Amino acid sequence: MDIDVSQAMDVELRETFLRKWLNVLGPFLGLIAVIVLFALITGSPEKYLSLFNIRIVLSQTVIVAISAIGMTVVIISGGIDLAVGSTIALAGVVTALSINAGLDPIVAVAAGTAVGGLVGFVNGSIISGLRVVPFIATLGMLGIARGTAKLASGQQPIDVTPTWINNLVVTFPDPPWLLLAPGIWIAVILAVGMALVLRNTVFGRRVFAIGSNEAAARACGISTDKLKIWIYSLAGLFFGIAGVMQMSRLRQGDPTVAAGTELDVIAAVVIGGGSLSGGQGTILGSMIGALIMAFLRNGCQQMGWANYIQEIIIGAIIITAVAIDRIRSPKI
Amino acid sequence: MPTLDLRDIAKRFGQTAALAGVDLSLKEGEVHALIGENGAGKSTLMNVISGGVRQDRGLMLLRGMPYSPADPLDARKNGIALIHQELSLAAHLSVAENIMMGVEDPRFGWFDRKEIERRADRLLSNFEHSNIRPDALVGKLSPAAQQVVEICRALAANAKIVLMDEPTSSLQRDDVKNLFSLIKKLSADGISIIYISHFLEEVREIADSFTVLRDGKSVSTGKITDVTDSFLIGQMVGRSVDNLYPKRNPYSGESETVLEVNDLSLPPALHSATFKLERGEIFGIAGLMGAGRTEMARAIFGIDKPNSGTVTVKGRTMIASGGKPALRLLQGIGYLSEDRKGEGLTLKLSIADNITITRYGACSRFGWLDQAKQRSLSSELMQTLDVRAKSSEQPVQTLSGGNQQKVAIARLLHQEADVLLLDEPTRGIDIGSKAVIYETIAELAGRGKAIMLISSYLPELFGMCDRLAVMTRGRLSTARAIGEWTPELVLKSAINSDANNTNGH
Repeated sequence: MDIDVSQAMDVELRETFLRKWLNVLGPFLGLIAVIVLFALITGSPEKYLSLFNIRIVLSQTVIVAISAIGMTVVIISGGIDLAVGSTIALAGVVTALSINAGLDPIVAVAAGTAVGGLVGFVNGSIISGLRVVPFIATLGMLGIARGTAKLASGQQPIDVTPTWINNLVVTFPDPPWLLLAPGIWIAVILAVGMALVLRNTVFGRRVFAIGSNEAAARACGISTDKLKIWIYSLAGLFFGIAGVMQMSRLRQGDPTVAAGTELDVIAAVVIGGGSLSGGQGTILGSMIGALIMAFLRNGCQQMGWANYIQEIIIGAIIITAVAIDRIRSPKI
Repeated sequence: MPTLDLRDIAKRFGQTAALAGVDLSLKEGEVHALIGENGAGKSTLMNVISGGVRQDRGLMLLRGMPYSPADPLDARKNGIALIHQELSLAAHLSVAENIMMGVEDPRFGWFDRKEIERRADRLLSNFEHSNIRPDALVGKLSPAAQQVVEICRALAANAKIVLMDEPTSSLQRDDVKNLFSLIKKLSADGISIIYISHFLEEVREIADSFTVLRDGKSVSTGKITDVTDSFLIGQMVGRSVDNLYPKRNPYSGESETVLEVNDLSLPPALHSATFKLERGEIFGIAGLMGAGRTEMARAIFGIDKPNSGTVTVKGRTMIASGGKPALRLLQGIGYLSEDRKGEGLTLKLSIADNITITRYGACSRFGWLDQAKQRSLSSELMQTLDVRAKSSEQPVQTLSGGNQQKVAIARLLHQEADVLLLDEPTRGIDIGSKAVIYETIAELAGRGKAIMLISSYLPELFGMCDRLAVMTRGRLSTARAIGEWTPELVLKSAINSDANNTNGH
């Protein structure tokens, strides 16, 4: 009997180890498949995989990737944030206004980021304080943030005086030894940082706990209400940074930009193995998810395929990724 | 001085008084049984003590000092830990993370995995479950192992008082024994335990003293050795229950074999089950938990696909794997799941919806639901089964466990099933509800229904059944008349082939 149990235990452990890798490996294989596929069908792998093209793809990914870092935390906690696109627009507008008000660029960046955090704080407070489910709370905020962005900008895109902010996501970085745009490096640093926070801090483990079993977390003395406010505020900061990047790309604060970005961001997290029922998800997976979509878009563009083809393919990929996950993952 | 002293605790939820004056005095290192029917207020009382709910009236003294926890964390800091009836663990996290949840004691917020696992391991080593590894995923552990994790979690916060709400409801016999030796160990270390249970045998085995709750009031307290079981039952229900198991009126109609199962198998849980079920009889299935009884019922009902075997319903034989719940319902088979909340009832829907869901046809016309009819049909059945609720419109989740179970049984009555597969129909419910359910089962058998009764509670099987078979490691024994069995024989049979199997490895 005893032997049986410990053997079963070993098998289980091996299984979970394998599964952990499969969870990351799955999306990674998907990414490779997409890249190989388009390298082949575009007929010119050297062009598709050129440093030039990779620079383009990566700088196109920055906004979704940075947002996906914040969204991963929210989704692991069992929540959702639909106000991402609007928050990005609002943060971009605020950054632009700050620059034009003559503030130091670094202060402008801080202001844009902080506005994102503030929106997240309000989201979290509504969810915790008023007991409105995240879907509805952030659906409301989607409108509020977008409207505020339009109000603040007078419904017009705000052109900004050129500063170094405009160079954050350029295709050719200056200085050239950076190889990739500064924004890409910022995204990488943020991703690594958040992955460590999720894995190695009490806050991170509590995010998993609340998403896995909120009642248990509360019974253990975790203040779930406060924790949620932290989670949405933190995610908001990331959306704020994404907003700064968005402004940098357009070189203007556009209140109508990034409509629907939240869906790309959620898709990235879900393709990367995040579970909308909470308790599951990794930053690495989400980043790969964001890259899969970016490489797909880019490949379709190179093939000269229409926008709607991309939309259909990405839709199919989301469903496939989640379906594969359902088959693969254990019933917990 | 008592460790914890409750005086005149009262709590209302809207119109209902959940607690209406409870006194309880808990001494250091004692195991204090809290006994009472479901709905008597035990869970509310636990929540008051553990900071989940604040009382409206009354005083709590912890080691002589007034105690009024602001939230569960506050209670935990005061050394009070609640172990829930339904395990409350985070399935996606590791054993160590679950044990140390809330008391991680981080260095600058940094989560020291090695240290956490080391501390968890030290707590785990108190138990004879050395195979629970701190880094294992909790979702993959057995219920018994999960419970050990829960208890360790309570101890991780240096609990001085542990509240256990029906801790054995998800455990097997061996694990119950382990749990009891653990409780004794805790109490020897000076930790006080409030132990909630329906099983008086259990209470007798483990508790030093008791308090009986009835209708939110503490009606009786004292040393457990000073009182008899029938006294306790009398205190719980407020009347004496002499005979829990009703007298049976034999079925007088034509005999017919309504269900015949042949060599059903669904490895690894179920290897071979063969039996016949006749009108008017109650056929008991005994066995240890995990022996394959539930799997058998599910396979017969077509929820899980068996690998082999045939099922004959009223003379029509089919390969068992062709069964589906929809087909079985049409054939007049009803199934009561052991997992009432998980797959038995739709908790958010009304009582009426839950009762009529398997046969909406009775209260609808061309797909249009006649709600008045639905209500009246449901109310009738609610009366028959003495479901205590304000109306049939009430969501099922607002009912106590016993009343929920009555709703689940009412559904089978509404369905007018000829064959009833009942899986643990009285588990975890109060004695009053049990009595009603026993009467209902006996009455159904008298009307010519065929009943398969799966139960882990031997007195229930012996009190109710005509014939009995024992499931052991997925193999169903030959059915014999109940008179040919004794409780010892059943247990021996359940355990014996267990030993044989182990020898066979």
